[in-house]
Amino acid sequence: MALLEVKNLSTEFFTEQGSVQAVRDVSFELKEGEVLGVVGESGSGKSQTMYSIIGLLAENGTVTSGDITFDGKDISRKNFKTKKEYEDMMRGLRGNSMAMIFQDPMTFLNPVLKIETQLIEPLMNHTDMTKQQAKERALELMRLVGIPSPEKRITQYPFEFSGGMRQRIVIAIALACNPKLIIADEPTTALDVTIQAQVLELINALRKESDSAIIMITHDLGVVAKLCDRIAIMYGGKIVEIGTDKEIFYEPKHEYTKGLLNCIANPEDDSDRQLTPIAGSPPDLLNPPKGCPFVDRCEKAMKICKDHMPQVTKFSETHQCACWLNHSKAVK
Amino acid sequence: MSEQKPILRVKNLKTYFDVTKGIFSPKQIVKAVDDVSFDIYPNETFGLVGESGCGKSTLGRTIVKLYDPEDGSIEFNGTDIAKLKGSELKGFRKDMQMIFQDPYASLNPRMTVGEIIKEPMIIHNIYNTDEEREARVVELLRIVGLKPDHIRRYPAEFSGGQRQRIGIARALAVNPKFIVCDEPISALDVSIQAQVINLLKNIQNEMGLSYLFIAHDLSMVKHISDRIGVMYLGHMMEVGPSNDVYHRPLHPYTVALLSAIPIPDPDVAKAKNRIVLEGEIPSPINPPKGCVFSTRCSRATERCMQERPQPVKVGDRLVSCFLYEK
Repeated sequence: MALLEVKNLSTEFFTEQGSVQAVRDVSFELKEGEVLGVVGESGSGKSQTMYSIIGLLAENGTVTSGDITFDGKDISRKNFKTKKEYEDMMRGLRGNSMAMIFQDPMTFLNPVLKIETQLIEPLMNHTDMTKQQAKERALELMRLVGIPSPEKRITQYPFEFSGGMRQRIVIAIALACNPKLIIADEPTTALDVTIQAQVLELINALRKESDSAIIMITHDLGVVAKLCDRIAIMYGGKIVEIGTDKEIFYEPKHEYTKGLLNCIANPEDDSDRQLTPIAGSPPDLLNPPKGCPFVDRCEKAMKICKDHMPQVTKFSETHQCACWLNHSKAVK
Repeated sequence: MSEQKPILRVKNLKTYFDVTKGIFSPKQIVKAVDDVSFDIYPNETFGLVGESGCGKSTLGRTIVKLYDPEDGSIEFNGTDIAKLKGSELKGFRKDMQMIFQDPYASLNPRMTVGEIIKEPMIIHNIYNTDEEREARVVELLRIVGLKPDHIRRYPAEFSGGQRQRIGIARALAVNPKFIVCDEPISALDVSIQAQVINLLKNIQNEMGLSYLFIAHDLSMVKHISDRIGVMYLGHMMEVGPSNDVYHRPLHPYTVALLSAIPIPDPDVAKAKNRIVLEGEIPSPINPPKGCVFSTRCSRATERCMQERPQPVKVGDRLVSCFLYEK
């Protein structure tokens, strides 16, 4: 059985201009120990999908429909009578069996608390460890994420650490209670390449040791290629294509996925190949297009694409794509 | 390319910043750019890579004289502009323009697109009448892929990619020969990055421009550049043709930096073994005494800790490392 199952999830944000449909009818599954990469441009809904799952949407955001099943339990907001009941349940999950790594470690860590306090907090809240036991576990975690001389460092404050070290601490906090699912929102975007390599190497080593499933939100296809088993491509609030890493990179089906792969430079390639950019810009989710979200930028758009949402075509057990071009009756 | 005369010749350039905290504290100096030399040839793109804080942006800004260098020379078309000031410098400013990283901060929100692009023409007295200037603005808008009727709009009405196009049009307004592009694509989405890169390449081919292209995205830099310079802690570690440097990096830092690039290809990326650099960049206030990279280098010797290596010529490359001394 899948660890996480998301069915027809939609999320809206209410703004002065109207309601922004950030997530539109998103469905996917995640198995235990699996690493799923969620790729998309800014505003594609990749982060908001995950915030909807972990219950961290901003005040003006609401999950309008859909079911979320985590570890056999239904954790959709609509199954709870009051907001308090839902929040209490989520508070039991977050930091315990579900953890999150954010992009900017400095805004995640509390600047006026010692690292020790912040590492012990999830352990004291979710386990029945004594303070002494929790402290030992905290030191063990710091060693695990590769922070030198943890006994000394644990009494320091976040500002005394460099960017890469802070991100290691955030990862340590996420790992504290051996979560079943870790959601990492652009964990290396704020870091330099050599530090990014260190952190990716660490995540790779940790996933082999623990059996946590990871959802990796990123816009960097290089990062996804390195870490992920499966990849979901998001555009205009929808998952337009999902498949294994090889299926997405070597047999992309959706025009957007193809476009995305064509407009990144692969340093292994020495030819003077011109990058093929995708013309235009992403759709406005205040008034999302009725049909395929990519229709305005797609070179192969047909009449049907404008008015009707494409059906999902299955290519293999793992690979599916929502594009009319792949419909069995489409002209090839 | 070596028979050609370089359009820009930077020699032993140093840019220091005084960061002393109080009047009684000991003097503290950040050597942001320390003894850097390189050439840029006409119609060439020179890529400058390095991690944050290595001094690559400071170097770019010093070259267009937004910062005053401490020492060294910047020869542009044969004239040293490092010591020039005021009106003497103004003539050169016309030939050197800059494109900035943040398309939101680099355009004045209260000026229309037309006013923004026209301003450098007015400052440098390029056209006599406003009609001529207006006609040139329309032409520039067309070159960068915007519409003529965008001329009366404000920056807020444009997306990030479009704003970067406005920034490019402004840089082109005075017909420069050389443009410093300081991370022009890092604030943009992937699908928009390629649009801007292609635009820059096309303009270069049409107008015969030279670029200094500063970025931390190594794959994009390799894609656009003819030659690459690798900086670390204010020093130039290696300079050479981009394909060459990428496939046969010589300096140990270049080797480590390149192996850290995430390759967008699952088979290659998952098989690739990274040379993960231990530790972090030392503080530029108190850099290592010898080679600046010696604290993290796996091949560092006693000598590297004591002496600073000078650039050595290896083929058509320059490497600052004792390993390549004859």
